[in-house]
Amino acid sequence: MEVIRSQRRSAPNDVVSTLPLYRSAPPLEVRLEDFESFAMDRLRVLKGISDGLSRGKKPEGMEKLVSEMWKANMRHPQASEVVNKDIISHFVLRLVYCRTEELRRWFLTMETALFRYRFRLENLEAQKALLAEFNLPYKSVSSAEFESVKDELGQVARSISQPLPTADAIFYKVPFEEVPELVAARRVFVQKGHAFVAMNQVVSLVVTQFRSLISKALLLTNRKWMSAIREQEKDRLTPIVEALSTSYLGPDYSQPKEFTEISIKDIDQVAKIFDACKLPVGAERFDKEYTYSIRHNYGREGKRTDYTPYSCSKIISFTPGVGDHHGCPYRHFSEENLRAALGRMGVGGRAVEDVMDKVRNRHYQLACTLTFEAVYGSSCDAGINHPNQYFLESRKILEQKNHTAA
Amino acid sequence: MCREEVQSVSDDMLIDGKSDGAENRQANCVLNEFNADYLKVYYGKIFPYAEIFKWMSYGNDGKHPACDKSYFGRREFSFTLENDIYLRFQSFNRVSQLESSIKEKCPFKIDIGPVYSVDPAKRHAYAQSGDNVFTPVERELVFDIDISDYDDVRYCCSGAEVCLACWPLMTVAIKVIDTALRDDFGFSHILWVYSGRRGVHCWVCDGKARRLTNEQRAAIADYFRVYKGNENSNKKVSLTGPVLHPFLVRSYNEVLKDFFEAKLLQSQKIFSTEERYEKILEMIPDEAVTSELRGRWHENRRSSMSKEDINIFRWEQLKHTLQSGKQKAQGLRRCVEEIVFCFTYPRLDMEVSKHMNHLLKAPFCVHPKTGRVCVPIDPNNCDEFDPSTVPTLAQLLEELNMGGLRTDADNESDGTSLGKSLRFFRSSFMEPLLKSCKEEIESSYAKLQKSKNSLSW
Repeated sequence: MEVIRSQRRSAPNDVVSTLPLYRSAPPLEVRLEDFESFAMDRLRVLKGISDGLSRGKKPEGMEKLVSEMWKANMRHPQASEVVNKDIISHFVLRLVYCRTEELRRWFLTMETALFRYRFRLENLEAQKALLAEFNLPYKSVSSAEFESVKDELGQVARSISQPLPTADAIFYKVPFEEVPELVAARRVFVQKGHAFVAMNQVVSLVVTQFRSLISKALLLTNRKWMSAIREQEKDRLTPIVEALSTSYLGPDYSQPKEFTEISIKDIDQVAKIFDACKLPVGAERFDKEYTYSIRHNYGREGKRTDYTPYSCSKIISFTPGVGDHHGCPYRHFSEENLRAALGRMGVGGRAVEDVMDKVRNRHYQLACTLTFEAVYGSSCDAGINHPNQYFLESRKILEQKNHTAA
Repeated sequence: MCREEVQSVSDDMLIDGKSDGAENRQANCVLNEFNADYLKVYYGKIFPYAEIFKWMSYGNDGKHPACDKSYFGRREFSFTLENDIYLRFQSFNRVSQLESSIKEKCPFKIDIGPVYSVDPAKRHAYAQSGDNVFTPVERELVFDIDISDYDDVRYCCSGAEVCLACWPLMTVAIKVIDTALRDDFGFSHILWVYSGRRGVHCWVCDGKARRLTNEQRAAIADYFRVYKGNENSNKKVSLTGPVLHPFLVRSYNEVLKDFFEAKLLQSQKIFSTEERYEKILEMIPDEAVTSELRGRWHENRRSSMSKEDINIFRWEQLKHTLQSGKQKAQGLRRCVEEIVFCFTYPRLDMEVSKHMNHLLKAPFCVHPKTGRVCVPIDPNNCDEFDPSTVPTLAQLLEELNMGGLRTDADNESDGTSLGKSLRFFRSSFMEPLLKSCKEEIESSYAKLQKSKNSLSW
């Protein structure tokens, strides 16, 4: 069983890593609210990583992103509880994401990336200690062996613009298949089936090990979930778990904070903003067909039910029927139509190609975010997760412009 | 000679007034083509079923208690029949089944796939994901090198053609890859095979290689990858860094440099026309250098040639210009190596190597377009391999006919010109491989017994 201590001091200024390996579930009591909220906080970090990866952020950018998102989301009022929140949130999400192949793959990728960048942010002593925790049978290279391959190690170092290894440099001799990314990039010397891994490359080694650990754990968790937990917890944890994987994680748009009056005069303005989620329609047709449904949705007509508006991820999952005018346009418009719609909204040139590229890779929300940024000339770091969010953010910018104009 | 005689017999239905001996020769002659009838005889008398079975069993066909009797039966074979009908997921529990199926179906091509978790014939009973899956569990690490991938750097042939001027590119590929597989990756049981027309295949059969994941295979393929060509880039080889990785340095010093300078420059006449030398100049990113060289070479056209071959002469000029003390830009000095790598370094088909479930043609198949047998190539003597001397189907049949009254059915193929290939396959590849498999099976069994014993109290 893993012993959890938030700090271990081996020397006055040496803080050993707080990066857990999640090898066993903690025997802690967790409040139900924490069960859900810790998981949501961690999920925010993982989704931020997913976003960063699909935007093609470079490693330095990812390191910064992970550092910021972790600080922003994974704090706890009690310092001693920070590590427990880390571990608990991971294990809750394991339950959530163990249930299908696709969920497992996503979770594995994001948790591995999270681990990789958190590892990189640790100091050398912490990294060495973490490496030791994996109990790998790899020794560091003896000085005699180092002498025998010193020239080749130097060649490799220079070939990747690293300084020449000194006599006291630490190298680990590992089976080449344990460090596939280093081998693929020819960043290690490989001899008789062994790769010589420098200390600053050890992250590759531990990430491979970590990924393998979590991958196996996910399959085990799935088995336990299917055979026992899901049924046992059907009135308590199971509904929370099942909701978490489809949860929308932006600000809460189910309770409209501002009571926004829309008059017919504003329709063209609003129609511009809603261009993306509804077909562009003129005021008359809008009046007849859509005013009713907008007022209906906002509880002013008919059933007087204030339907919680759907988040982007829900909308993306719908397939509109013939004649329907809703659904995510990035998902359902043909390329030609989408290009035309973007053109009408004033998006051109390079920006259009960037949007189309996101669409081709099925990153519909990123496409929408890029569109927003191109239309309004300002960035939207949080990303678009909800049509109402697009509306409110747009309105903010348009109001600002009106103010300065006036 | 043979073909004309036969044609004249069949066309005219006349028998020339020739002696009995000649008539016999006519009767023994076969058309120098590939066809289903010839293939049937080949499968009937020559194709080495026992060797393929022994190989694919990796020692599990023995009597040792640790042998996995299901192993051979979990291997996928695929057959391509005469009319392009493609049969996948063929599997066999015994060599006799493999033999009778091939003899019956007479496939124009036989491919070998991976060993699956269960018999491929039962795959529909298993899930695609989760616990009880149908999935590859073992597969040799394989490479496929096709000379048509070098079309942008060979001027003698293109597409399916190959000749003695360009075949050495395959020889070079074998040397570079084979050395790396042994010295860098530590593999020993490596089989190189002629693909029958214009390339070579490599089968790495060590246990460790067979158990590699797709990601690990991709890593090895990427380690080998240098050429990143497409029509759009001028610079298809980009060797960055102040110094090259030891693998590239060794390949350059031991194989590529000499081959380029001593053979390829002249066999491909790399600098002898304006079109060809412009292609080289395109790879040098410095206008001053390229216009200087262009100027000199343009002039040279009119002046009298020295005795030295023009290609060698111009290459020396280029090297001198790029590597002389004047050139501060290290990228410019590196152009020399880049040019050599571009023209000579192996170009692998990455997709073949990266996926466990990729099918690859079986050795000792006959290529339908050439009639040549896919014979093993000895990497230690690959300089001597000449694709135009590889036995053809027609030739083998003729040899069988001439052999006439041999009664020793088991050794019929050994008496043909394929005999040499078969003997090489058995002694250089199979023997060491099976010895190693036996050791592996026995030692893992011993380990298992030991752990059982230690818990038995």
